[in-house]
Amino acid sequence: MDNLLQIANGEVVRRADIPDVSVETFGMTLAEFVRNGGFVVQFFAFAENGITRLLAVVRNDRLYVTSCVVGAEFPSLTGWVSEKFHMFEREIAEQYGIRPTAHPWLKMVRYHRNYSGADDVFGNDYGGEEIPGKYGCFTVEGEAIHEVAVGPVHAGIIEPGHFRFQCAGEEVLHLEIQLGYQHRGVERLLPTVPQRRLPIICEAIAGDTAIGHNLCCCQALEALAGLTVDVGARIVRTIALELERIANHLGDLGALSGDVAFNPPAAYFGRMRGDFLNLLQVLCGNRFGKGLVRPGGVAFVMGDEQRKLIAAKLEEITPQVKNVCDLLFSAHTVQARFENTGIVSREMAEDLGLVGYAGRACGLPYDARVAFPSECYAELPHNTNQMTSGDVYSRATVRREEIMHSLALIELLLQRPETTAKAMMMEERRLAADSLVVTINEGWRGEIAHCVLTGADGAIVRYKVKDPSFHNWTGLAMSLRNQGISDFPLCNKSYNLSYCGFDL
Amino acid sequence: MLKIIKNRLDQGYRTSSYPKQPIALYERFRGRPQINRQCDPALIRQCAEACPQEAIDAASGAIDLGRCTFCGLCEMQSQGKFVQFSQNFELGVATRADLITDGSYADLAGHAKQHFKKLFGRSLQLRQVSAAGCNACEADTNVLNTPFFDLSRFGIDFVASPRHADGIHVTGPISRNMKAALLTTYEAVPSPKVVIASGACSISGGPFYGSDEIVGDLNELLPVDLYIPGCPPHPLTTLHALLTFFK
Ligand code: SF4
Ligand code: SF4
Repeated sequence: MDNLLQIANGEVVRRADIPDVSVETFGMTLAEFVRNGGFVVQFFAFAENGITRLLAVVRNDRLYVTSCVVGAEFPSLTGWVSEKFHMFEREIAEQYGIRPTAHPWLKMVRYHRNYSGADDVFGNDYGGEEIPGKYGCFTVEGEAIHEVAVGPVHAGIIEPGHFRFQCAGEEVLHLEIQLGYQHRGVERLLPTVPQRRLPIICEAIAGDTAIGHNLCCCQALEALAGLTVDVGARIVRTIALELERIANHLGDLGALSGDVAFNPPAAYFGRMRGDFLNLLQVLCGNRFGKGLVRPGGVAFVMGDEQRKLIAAKLEEITPQVKNVCDLLFSAHTVQARFENTGIVSREMAEDLGLVGYAGRACGLPYDARVAFPSECYAELPHNTNQMTSGDVYSRATVRREEIMHSLALIELLLQRPETTAKAMMMEERRLAADSLVVTINEGWRGEIAHCVLTGADGAIVRYKVKDPSFHNWTGLAMSLRNQGISDFPLCNKSYNLSYCGFDL
Repeated sequence: MLKIIKNRLDQGYRTSSYPKQPIALYERFRGRPQINRQCDPALIRQCAEACPQEAIDAASGAIDLGRCTFCGLCEMQSQGKFVQFSQNFELGVATRADLITDGSYADLAGHAKQHFKKLFGRSLQLRQVSAAGCNACEADTNVLNTPFFDLSRFGIDFVASPRHADGIHVTGPISRNMKAALLTTYEAVPSPKVVIASGACSISGGPFYGSDEIVGDLNELLPVDLYIPGCPPHPLTTLHALLTFFK
């Protein structure tokens, strides 16, 4: 593995140790790695002292990093090597005005002015009017073809985004998803604010993944500040991440029941989801776990009282969860709607680099809790799913299994006697200079990765965030190929991707 | 079928009897802060400096609940001597100024506009617009439709079309990219209409204040009638605000 430096999840590396190769070697190295079954974790640009670089973090069963200096353009790897690069390259083009040449489908990601002040690669002028959605969607021509446009404002209480379906009758030939409406400038904002704001912003990258994203942030700060986290705090953080997973999976199973008009489980799942959010509230006073994780540990100690409350609730609710899952999954009408709907093949999933349950439902076993364990995961059993047909049924089944698995994990963790020494308050700390840290956690949707680079004075020069939705939105679009348009809600809910996590 | 009936019996009746009967939230929940301005001014200054949201005014000791995310740091920092959060979730107010509190709270029912009560008291249809909300505000609004809260029993519903709505309920710091869609949705609602700002983001930009990709204050764009603070507001905070303001 020449030209690649092996790194560990959550470990600080000196930037001087990161390979600094030519842009050609950089491309060749990544091409070879990905052709040999590797995946892209992060791939982004950053500028410092007038020099712009590309940096890539890739994984097989280990993590590696490499970098190069880049000019106004670089040869795109998307068309040449793999679709795994397509979103990252579009993002680089939009953020820094660097053109990936010969990219097969170069278009906007989030619609914003770039960071470098270079000409916009897409010819947009963000100084004038707001221009989200300015894009000529891919169209299919023919007399029988019609187009359906949905959003940005959708019918329910959900986030905005634009969907464009090209249909022949009921059948969707192509779905294009154009996002960016939720863009809040997160990556731009993070390096400019005092440290005390970082966890609060990261908890709001995607509110349904507050624990997941903030865990990545706090682990990065801990590594850079040389803080250790005691076992008691790690237990609480692991429990919180699993509670977040259960609550979201339950909510989505409820939404899936609703979408096939099977109302009893929809109501029960909705209510039980609330029970799990309330357990996060028991831990820290907020139903989404906001305020819980802070650098060095947790801001709220889990004492005997909280432990007992959680244990009692789990004992009461676990049989209900089982029964309601059974109710949903054993109904023939539900099976008929879930099976063979929205299929993504294993091959396609691998080409796109799908993560989380979206990948696992297609037979890509990757689970960051197993591959790159943080917190308590190295000591905990993992779940292996067998249902890998890539359809709605598989995605729902993986989630059902993961709910039961997470319940078992929390039960195990509650038996551990350790309690954290003290509640951690947010303080400004000196960070290691000229360093890089990559933190990865398996959020409920899949692999979340944060990457923090510091400069000579220890100040953060680049903060890169990746939500699993960044990989998986393309999976949803592919699920709709040759599918009835009325199956869209079902396919959509089986993924339930994040708009704001993607839009940042 | 038997399974459905069995599950139905297992699940039982789950709807809360709030507001007829009070409801207590777990002690760690942070609602209305109780503020002790008599405490050591140095302590207030410390808290003001530590507050990630710049929500505390060091000179007066007042907290701006439109900026606060209820993270609890000031309570911890002052060991409860300056701020102590109560479990009172009744936080909705009718004016921006009422969000800045020195420990006393405006009476929402008294400030509610009477003509709104007359117009919408029996039936209120709202169009929810997420303008770059992080999905926690959205989720905890959506949850009002679950059996526990069952919002429709009060004649309040969230509808799909702005044409069917009496007003909009806005979450998120209003990204530049959602500004046009938000204004179009507002235009599409027939008058008279109400505007509700929900969550720290729509009131002040929330965690994202200072970003040049957001508007950060709904009031700059539209006349806000009702403010519901929190990050996100607890579903009961929203329920209380809607019932008190419109019923
Ligand atoms: S609870 Fe509110 S006022 Fe107190 S520190 Fe947090 S954001 Fe600031
Ligand atoms: S107020 Fe808080 S919960 Fe609501 S959208 Fe903003 S960050 Fe999310």
